[in-house]
Amino acid sequence: MNIRISLSVNGESRELLVPVHKTLLEVLREDLDLIGTKHGCELGECGTCTVLVDGAPVLSCIALPADLQEREITTVEGMADGARLHPLQQAFAELGAAQCGYCTPGILLTAKALLADDPAPTRQRIREALAGNLCRCTGYTKILDAVELAALRVGPARGDLPDRRAPEPCGGAPTANIKVGPQ
Amino acid sequence: MTKRFSVIGQPLPKIDAWGKVIGDTRYTDDLVLPRMAFGKLLRSPHAHARIRGIDTTRARAVPGVYAVITGADLPRVKFGILPVSQDEEALCTEKVRMVGDAVGAVAAVDEETADRACRLIDVDYEPLPALMSIQESLAHPEVRIHEYGDGPNVHKNVALQFGDVEAAFAAADLVREDVFFYEGNTHLPMEQHAAVAHATADGKLTLWSSTQTPHYVHRLLAKILDMPAAHIRVIAAPVGGGFGGKLDPFAHEIAACRLSQLIGRPVKIACTREEVFYIHRGRHPVLMWIKTGFTRAGDITGCHLKTWLDGGAYGSYGVASTFYTGVINPVTYKMPVYKFEGARIFTNKPPCGPKRGHGTPQPRFALEVQLDKAAEQLGLDPADMRRRILVEPFTKTANHLTVTTIGLGECIDKVVDASGWRDKASRYRAAAEVNTPKPLWQPRRRRGVGIACSSYMTGAGTAIYWNSMPHSGVVLRADRSGGVTVLCGATDIGQGSDSILAYLVAEVLGLDPKDVHVHPADTSLTPVDLGSYSSRVTLMCGQAAIQASERLRAAIFKAVAARLGVDAATLAARDRKVGVPDDWDKAVDFAQAVELGEAMHGVLAFAGSYAPPKRAGKYKGGGVGPSPCYSYSACVVELSVDEDTGEVELHDVWIAHDIGRALNPLLVEGQVEGSVYMGIGEAVMEAQVFRKNVHKAPSMLEYKSPTTLETPEIHTMLVETDDPEGPFGAKEAGQGPLLPVMPAIANAIYQAVGVRVDEIPITAEKVLKGLELKRQGKTARVGPDRVPLFTFKQPLVVESAFGAPADAIAVRPFADDPS
Repeated sequence: MNIRISLSVNGESRELLVPVHKTLLEVLREDLDLIGTKHGCELGECGTCTVLVDGAPVLSCIALPADLQEREITTVEGMADGARLHPLQQAFAELGAAQCGYCTPGILLTAKALLADDPAPTRQRIREALAGNLCRCTGYTKILDAVELAALRVGPARGDLPDRRAPEPCGGAPTANIKVGPQ
Repeated sequence: MTKRFSVIGQPLPKIDAWGKVIGDTRYTDDLVLPRMAFGKLLRSPHAHARIRGIDTTRARAVPGVYAVITGADLPRVKFGILPVSQDEEALCTEKVRMVGDAVGAVAAVDEETADRACRLIDVDYEPLPALMSIQESLAHPEVRIHEYGDGPNVHKNVALQFGDVEAAFAAADLVREDVFFYEGNTHLPMEQHAAVAHATADGKLTLWSSTQTPHYVHRLLAKILDMPAAHIRVIAAPVGGGFGGKLDPFAHEIAACRLSQLIGRPVKIACTREEVFYIHRGRHPVLMWIKTGFTRAGDITGCHLKTWLDGGAYGSYGVASTFYTGVINPVTYKMPVYKFEGARIFTNKPPCGPKRGHGTPQPRFALEVQLDKAAEQLGLDPADMRRRILVEPFTKTANHLTVTTIGLGECIDKVVDASGWRDKASRYRAAAEVNTPKPLWQPRRRRGVGIACSSYMTGAGTAIYWNSMPHSGVVLRADRSGGVTVLCGATDIGQGSDSILAYLVAEVLGLDPKDVHVHPADTSLTPVDLGSYSSRVTLMCGQAAIQASERLRAAIFKAVAARLGVDAATLAARDRKVGVPDDWDKAVDFAQAVELGEAMHGVLAFAGSYAPPKRAGKYKGGGVGPSPCYSYSACVVELSVDEDTGEVELHDVWIAHDIGRALNPLLVEGQVEGSVYMGIGEAVMEAQVFRKNVHKAPSMLEYKSPTTLETPEIHTMLVETDDPEGPFGAKEAGQGPLLPVMPAIANAIYQAVGVRVDEIPITAEKVLKGLELKRQGKTARVGPDRVPLFTFKQPLVVESAFGAPADAIAVRPFADDPS
């Protein structure tokens, strides 16, 4: 049975006619082409499909869109401000927090909700907040580092940023300081 | 002399990081093509059964179904990743050998319809006895899982001997015999395998797949589908985690291709998480017996290792895995005499294969725990003991492997210093002896530190199929814009191979990595790279990329030299310019240099090729183990054990890794941290185990893996040895650092509470059992105590090459410039 639903996703209103049992994950990926939201377990266990609903993390693989009408849904595609990356996205790219990148959207959104709640979280608080998001590549270290860096950049103590990008140079002395990616 | 670099050694972001953080990266399941159909596989519910017949009538009748296929719709040809183990069918025709074997496939208008139709395929099975362990398979030779192999249910039986082990044991002051078991576990990549196949009206076929090895899939598809390889194109989409789990050709890929050929539409098959657990190809469960002789000072006089691998239902990479359980151990410590016997046994479980570390973590666990036990008996510090007996650089091992640089001594020093090993080891050891009674309501936790080391290959010295061609190739094209395009068959599975290509090309040509466009892993466009396995990509693609870049640079220099009226040998390329360093004002922009080059030579496109030095030992089996160079790691783990629950809490991991050279320290650290994390999962919780023939934990909730809360702080230190075989001196980082973690944890647990768990994973239950044995005054050891009755074949006896000097380093195929 199909039902008509209206969803607000990343600030845009969308009218849809979808089977009543289709999950939010499926609607986002298949009906709205928002393929940035990934699936990992299909059972609400791994956090990969996390999106925000009114700012709070929700596992889209076990959420029904019919329940979420009139709510504001944010996916990874809605994190950047136009072409300007969210500080979390910037920090994740700079610090190598995304290896295969498959868990990254879910972790970014979970971290976004954390920073909204606690702009200066301790490392332990970040660990706790991200405990529901599995990552098999990074050992979480760079992810924790990136959330800390993003919090520092947007947080109140903006002035003295420890430059976590520059560990001890391992090769010889650099002769040029080249940066890649969107500046 | 310190080498100076502009890009190498910089902690740069990966070139694909930007797409990944905005959700723009297209993994295979993100691909949607017009008119695309969705496929599903029907998989066997039996672990072992004969197929009497398959009736697809009901499935075909479902509205929305485009096609239903069985094995009868595919050429009757068996395949397998290794030429010696051609034992798989995409859709089984006569027999199923495990729960999860595919027997039929459906393409339909949507996934739900395909799923529904799949369930309406009627398969008539005649169940056969299921053999679910090494012991069962050996005890029932009358039940044959396969008709080939080295004996009933024995896939492979190998025996190699280098020197006289019995004499070595006779000369030892201490001889230890220990038995260990390492349970299987799985890769658990976050992305489930998926494939999109598109057979077009011109009779050609394109497959997009989450594969780590598009080249092997390409070769095997031609055989499996019985069509010319020239008409097949395989593209590896960005892979959402591999770890070795996406290295075979799989049923879903083949079924998608065949269905697409039949219905004239693109077909996507995306596996469920449960299917991925059954696809497996993960860590082999291995039972090990290891006997080692030691002198009073801690030198190893000789070592004899026996391994029994539970291979699962198919060959996969198993022959290589069997060798790998034996051949890599000797590259770490001086081991003048060595004997190895190994056997891989078929069972009715998902096939095991190459998980990160491929066959080497299991014997590494055995050796490093045994060393710890020997150190205690000899009254030696386990760190000092290891430090004393390291293999000499540029020598050969007993089994004829060539070691080049070895930075393990420095690695040990670094972890010993950083962890405070000397203080903690003695303090915790002393504390373990003290038994202060505590009230029951207070947790009784004891701390321990443990150390272990390891080594790993930087790329296998031989290809999976015998050939004399390059293992990796790069085509480089310079554009009049000043941009450079790299075509390379390498597959980025998250490790950063695309980025490494960009960095190396940018370094040689004096460009910004952003100026380099990388087009990977497309068999129609890119020169062959064998695949993302055996930690080979950075070294092999890297050398090919450097060679192509140097050839392009030479052509450009020739043209710029003519324009500037200088000798080409005086030119340098940096900061997007080409010129004479002492007269840099006259340097020309790189884009202009390309124009000059194109005017002189025509189109600027150059190839680079790499094949490893031919250093295989001259004996049968000598092809497994050689590598251009070996990476080394040392690891200290600090943990505490709860004496009431057996629970182990990890506090810190210090790991130092001999990377040769860190092309990008940020990426190397990421590989090391990820390896440590995966090792922790294997050490204390992950297990691919079965109950009543089905997987006990085929979901991410039931299959426990570490979250942020179970992963301790990982302190990574890099050691650079500038290996002559590596690109700018680099070695591997993606697998080796996993290996010392499990034995370091086991050794730390022993130090904390005096319990030896000689079995992986080390669960709280096992620790508790050991503590109970200790309380009863018995030997506080938990682990296997017997080995199967099994006759290994007569060993091939070869003279030990231990200590012989390494062969010449520079002799490599394709190394010479054709010009």
